[in-house]
Formats: sequence, C-alpha cells, structure tokens
Amino acid sequence: MLWSTRRMLLAGALAAVLATPAGAFEPSGVECIAPANPGGGWDFTCRQVGRALQELGIVKEPVRVTNMAGGGGGVAFAYVVTKRNKDDNLLVAASTATVTRLAQGAYVDMRADMVRWIGTVGADYGVIAVAADSPIKTLGDLMEALKTRPQEVAIAGGSAFGGWDHLKVLIAAKAAGIEDVTKIKYVAYKGGGEAMTALLGGHVQAFSGDISETVGFIEAGQVRVLAVLAPERLPGKLADIPTAREQGVDAIGANWRGFYAPGGMSDEAYGFWVEAIRQVYQSELWQQVMAQSGLMPFALYGQELEAFVRQQSADIAALSREIGLIK
Amino acid sequence: MDLLTGLLTGFATAFTPLHLALAILGCVLGTLVGALPGLGPSNGVAILVPLAFSLGLDATATLILLTSVYYGAMYGGRISSILLAIPGDEPALMTILDGHPMARAGRAGEALALSGLASFVGGVLATAGLVLLAPLLARFALLFGPAEYFALYVLAFATLGGLAARNPMKALFAAALGLALALVGYDTTTGIPRYTFGLVELYEGIDFLVAIVGLFALSEVFLFVEKGLRELPHPGRLGRIFVRLSTLRQSLGAMFRGTGIGFLAGVLPGAGASLGSFLAYMLEKRVSDRAGTFGRGDPRGVAAPEAGNNAAAGGALVPMLTLGVPGSGTTAVLLAVLMALDITPGPLLFEQRPEVVWGLVAALFFANLVLLALNLPLVGLFVQLLRVPPRYLMPLVAMVSFVGIHAISNNPFDLQLMIGFGVLGWVLRKLEVPLVPIILGILLGNEMEDNLRRALLIADGDWTVLWRSPLAVGLWTVAVLGFFGPMLVGPWLRRRRARLLEGRG
Repeated sequence: MLWSTRRMLLAGALAAVLATPAGAFEPSGVECIAPANPGGGWDFTCRQVGRALQELGIVKEPVRVTNMAGGGGGVAFAYVVTKRNKDDNLLVAASTATVTRLAQGAYVDMRADMVRWIGTVGADYGVIAVAADSPIKTLGDLMEALKTRPQEVAIAGGSAFGGWDHLKVLIAAKAAGIEDVTKIKYVAYKGGGEAMTALLGGHVQAFSGDISETVGFIEAGQVRVLAVLAPERLPGKLADIPTAREQGVDAIGANWRGFYAPGGMSDEAYGFWVEAIRQVYQSELWQQVMAQSGLMPFALYGQELEAFVRQQSADIAALSREIGLIK
Repeated sequence: MDLLTGLLTGFATAFTPLHLALAILGCVLGTLVGALPGLGPSNGVAILVPLAFSLGLDATATLILLTSVYYGAMYGGRISSILLAIPGDEPALMTILDGHPMARAGRAGEALALSGLASFVGGVLATAGLVLLAPLLARFALLFGPAEYFALYVLAFATLGGLAARNPMKALFAAALGLALALVGYDTTTGIPRYTFGLVELYEGIDFLVAIVGLFALSEVFLFVEKGLRELPHPGRLGRIFVRLSTLRQSLGAMFRGTGIGFLAGVLPGAGASLGSFLAYMLEKRVSDRAGTFGRGDPRGVAAPEAGNNAAAGGALVPMLTLGVPGSGTTAVLLAVLMALDITPGPLLFEQRPEVVWGLVAALFFANLVLLALNLPLVGLFVQLLRVPPRYLMPLVAMVSFVGIHAISNNPFDLQLMIGFGVLGWVLRKLEVPLVPIILGILLGNEMEDNLRRALLIADGDWTVLWRSPLAVGLWTVAVLGFFGPMLVGPWLRRRRARLLEGRG
C-alpha cells in the first residue's frame, strides 16, 4: 500500500511539474536538429538544452544532436516539413535568423506556420556602436547623421543585406523617425568579427551587431556602444550602456534562441515540450549556462511564441519590402 | 601576446594526449601519402579532411592532424624518389637527381637517412621562421580595408599560375571555373540568391569541402578504377640507415642554404614547395658543384632539395595564416578547412584565436620530431608499406569520403554533389587542367567580390578607392609583377629542370 501511495504521489508531482494531461506523452529517442555545422549558435542551443533536459530528468536517454547544415537553416526546415511532419520526439534549434529568412521567402516554398513554435531559452540583444574616438557620441547624433547626410555614414554588420544586423539598424532608424531608410549605407560582412575589424580599422563609421560580439571590445575600451536594443538596461557590468528606448528611440532588437517542432506534432507532445523548455529555462542549471555564454533573459512559450513569431515575421516582411529585398 | 607567452600557450594547448596522438597519426599517414606515387600532399590532406570531421574533432585538433599530414607528405615524398626514381610527389622530383644514383651505388640507406635529416633541418627552421615572421605580418591587420583585401585577392590569383605551372592558359581556365562556381548562392551585398535554381541546398553556395573531397579524393578513385593496378618495382636492399659524419659535415651547408631559399619560395603566394626544392637544388649546384659530381650521387644534391621542400612547406603557412592567401595547393586545402571550422584566417587570427595559431606552431615542432623518428629508424617499414597494393587503399579512400561528407551535412544532396565533383575532377585531370586554381576560385571568389563591392559601396561607386592607399598600390604592383614575371622567367626555369632530369643517368 505504502509503495503504491508513493508512486501515486510521485506521479502526481511529475504531472504537476510538467503540467501535462494524465497518461499523456512519454518522450523516447529524442532528437534535436541543429541546422548548421558544429560550432555555431544553433549547435550550441541543441547541445546545451539537450544536456539540461537529461540532467533535469525530463528525458531519460541522452538527446541525439544531428547537424544538418545548408540553406541558412532551410535544408533542415524543408526536411522537417516534408519528411518528419508527425514526429513527436523532434526539436529543431531556431533563432531570429530563422524567422527572418522565412519572412523573406529564403526557405523556398516554406512558411513559419508549417511548424509549431515551442519556446525560447534566452536572447542576444542588438547593439549599435562606434569607435572610441568617433565624433558621434550618442544614438541621437548617429540618427541625425543618418537623416541629414546618410552618404557619409557606412554601417558594418555581420549579416547579409536584409539580414538581422541590417534590419536592426532599420528598426532603430524607423523608430527615430527617418522616413527613407533606403539611403542608409549598410556594408555586409561575413560575421560580427570581420565587421568589428572594419570599424576598428576606420573603414566604416558604425557597427551593428549583438552584445555578445561586442563585450570584449567594450572591455578593451576600443568601442563606444551608443545603444543596446533591449527593453531595459542589461545586468551586471553592461548596466552602463543606455538603451535606445531611454534615448527616445523605441526600438527592440532581440536575437532570441529557441526551438520549433514539426507541424503535425500531437497536442500532447507539444504541450509536453513547451513545459519542458520552460522548465529548462527556469532551472538553476540554465541560469549558469546563460551567464557563461552571455545570453540575456527572454522567455516566450507556446501560444505566446507563436504570436510573437507571427508579429516579428510581419514586421520583417514589411521592412524587407521597403528596402526592395522582396516584392 | 608576445612571442614567448604565445609559444608557451601553444605548447600547453598542443601537449594533450589526444593532440599528440593525432600528430603521430598524421605523421604516419602523411609519410605514407607522400611515399605513394600519385598521392600528393594536397590529395592526402583532402582525403583526410572528411575523416577529421567525422571524428568530430575541434578546430585545433583538426589543424594538428592535417598539418602533420602535410609535413609528413613532405618527408615521405623522397622515399620513392630515392629508391625507385619515381617521385612520391612533385616537390620530391629534384631528390631523384642525386638520391637515386646514391641508391644504385648501394648507399640507399645513407641517402634516406641524410634526406630525413635534411627534411628535419628544413622543417624545424621553417617553423621557427613562421613564428618570427607571421606575427610581424599580422600586425598590419587593421590597415587592410575592403580595397586592400581586393588587391590582395587579385594578387593571389595573379601569382597562381606560378613558376611551376605547365600551361598558364589551363590554370587561368581552372581559376575562372572556380570563380564561376563561387557565384552560386545568395549574394551578401544584395541578399538575393544567384544560380540556386530554387534549390535550398545551394542557398549558402557550394560547400568547398564537398568540392575538395570530390575533386581530389574521389577523382583519384575514379582514375584508379579506370587505370587499374600499378605495381611498383621492388625497391631493392636499403643498406645501413646511417649517415657518416663526414657526409653530414659536407652536407650541412647545403641544408642551410636549401632551407633559406625554400622558405622564401614558400612565403611567396602561389609558388609552393616544388619551386622551393628546385631553387634549392639549383643554388646548391651553383655553389658546390666544383668537381661535377652533382647528378651522380652527391649527398649535397640530396640534402639541399629535401631541406628546401620542407622549408617551403612551412613558409607557405605564413601567408595562409596571416593574410588568408594560400602559398601552395595544400595550404589552399587547409584554408578551406579553417573556413569550414568557422575560423577566418587573416590578420586578426592571431588576436582572436591565439590558441589555434600557437597550438599549431607547437604541434609542427612536435611533428618534425616524430617525423625524424619515423624516417630514420622506421623508414624500412614505409618501404614495406609502399608495396601495399592500391586495391586495398582506394576503397578506403572512397569510404572515408562518403562517411565524412555525410557526417557534416546529413544530406544526400551533398553526396550527389561530391560525386559530380569527382567526375569533374576525373575529366579535368585527363585534360591536364590543374585542380588547385578551381579550389582557390571557389574559396576566394566570394571574398574577392564582396570586398570589391564593399569598397565601392563605402566610396559611393568611386573606383579610384581601389588604389588610394600606399598598401593597396604595393599589392597591385606585386600582383602585376607576379602575373607577368613567370611568363618571362617560367619557360626558362622549366627548360632547365627538364634538361637536368633528362641528362640523368
């Protein structure tokens, strides 16, 4: 009797923690697809969350990580939609870049509503920076320059034309009341490091990137961050950096990290994974991972994330249309 | 980071059991690759790329394995040159001239030992040269803007044909083919896909690892399938593997001179190890051949080119690591590997990833020690391995290629693309079109175009921005000299080499 009571208590506790209907989904042979080569952000998301899922006892066996590079994530997206649409044990790492490319139609014939968006595990916020000795002192100075003499300010970023680093500049410019954003000179580099080199070498006047790419250069005193595109100031040693919002430019640029799942995933499994990712995010373990890797708080789950992705997607599509990237 | 702390970091990084084991493995495989006629160092490295990726090695470990193979191939090439008068790879061609006569005179063991020592001297001194010269070059980092980079890439292509190319037109064709292939994928400056035919797999362009493994490794397999077995003649008796002190004393000068000129030849973009060994031999003949003994088994004629080609191998790493411009075919393959590992070679590499650079340098010193050990007492073993028929080797090459590429992308499309490149490589080899310019084109084409467009974008379409800085002017000058120079000097050099080889025996 005692034994069965204990088992009932345990089952009850588990059900409460996971908030799934009784007798529901039981994960097995879980796989996480990182849509890029080993070493990048998506690979990191899969591996770290996979490890956390197991250490927290949410899944029993290790999560298998598969790298599927190609098409900026498009190969994996198409694969999930066409070949694994009903898989209840499949997670795919995603980020703002995934939504950007979907919104711009870069994943041929694929749309954001073909998959189910699960949850996020943090974000990297955008920054706009200049060299330490630049005459541009505030975000206001930069926006003024972009408005009156855009041909004199080249802004370097680590993504392609129309990519996230470019869009962040445009979002800020829009918020600052600049009507014609097509005049803004964006210089595309292969990555944040190359773009930063161009800034330090004096080949461009400003830099658009993420806070994680900039931290080392802030500490070395080589750059001045004009604004971080976060809702409020960042914690710790980054608290000195003003937000765009407090300078009167209401722009947020969050490069979030999280997961989507196959569109045909059962409601039970979807509910399970939404709660599982939420639980990972809230764990002590994950707070440590975030601190180590420079991830900032950003938490949206299930329906909230679905709605956010729809909105972000619409915003990006509108901006991309304006700069002539899509019709 | 100053030199000493850099080196210390490097040794701390390199001396883990895994890294040392990989260095030893790389040295053994590299020596074998070098020794087997037909398998050159670029093929050897290309074949082992997928192996490194399927083992899931990190950046430093992958680099250590592959550069050990590279250095090993430089050591190994001499074995079949000396014993069989068949060069194991192109840089070992000059070693035949005096190495094979020594072997026929019953001094095979001595020739092998001496050339092993010469390789060691060349390899170690060149690595030291790399340590001194590379950070110096890297300090120019921030001077390179888009215009300077564009000039640098033009320079790399201009000197590509180099002195060793047989047919500059074929090299030019190959480079154009590579540049054309580089256009596939979305264009970073406008964000619009080009030549992707609606295939999402081509959105990021052609994966150069797929191209490299197809062009180099698979085409090798196809050639083998077509031509069948090529049994090597029996190498004969080695004699004692030992260098007499008097011979060593006599050859010491040749080793140092060979090292110096070989290193310089290596540092020049596009020239590479074949030129290094050739110039080393020519210089030594000019300096030392008073009694007309060169070509008849003079030990100095063995020591100079062997020191030269190993020094050139080290020298070729300098422009590859500091400027992102490969100095030889093999370093082009290594560059592709670096880029696939998300490491951007170039001026900032020393600041951003010091552990990679210095770990590599430390591993190179270690690899030279291992190679010395492998090539003096154990050289007999490699002579035996020469007799392993390719019918066992080639299926292994095919298997490693497929497994490795599949491990990277998990996508059958890449495997089909690799087979396509294999067929292309096979056809091009039969037409004697060099493959390295194709790889360079795919590798550098995007960067070259992007930098040109960045420069023009920043300057509002003013083309004079391309030669506004003194650095850019300097790079353009070298590019022009590098393009036209070989057309004037090249034929003469090649005639000299051909005459030397004909006149033998």
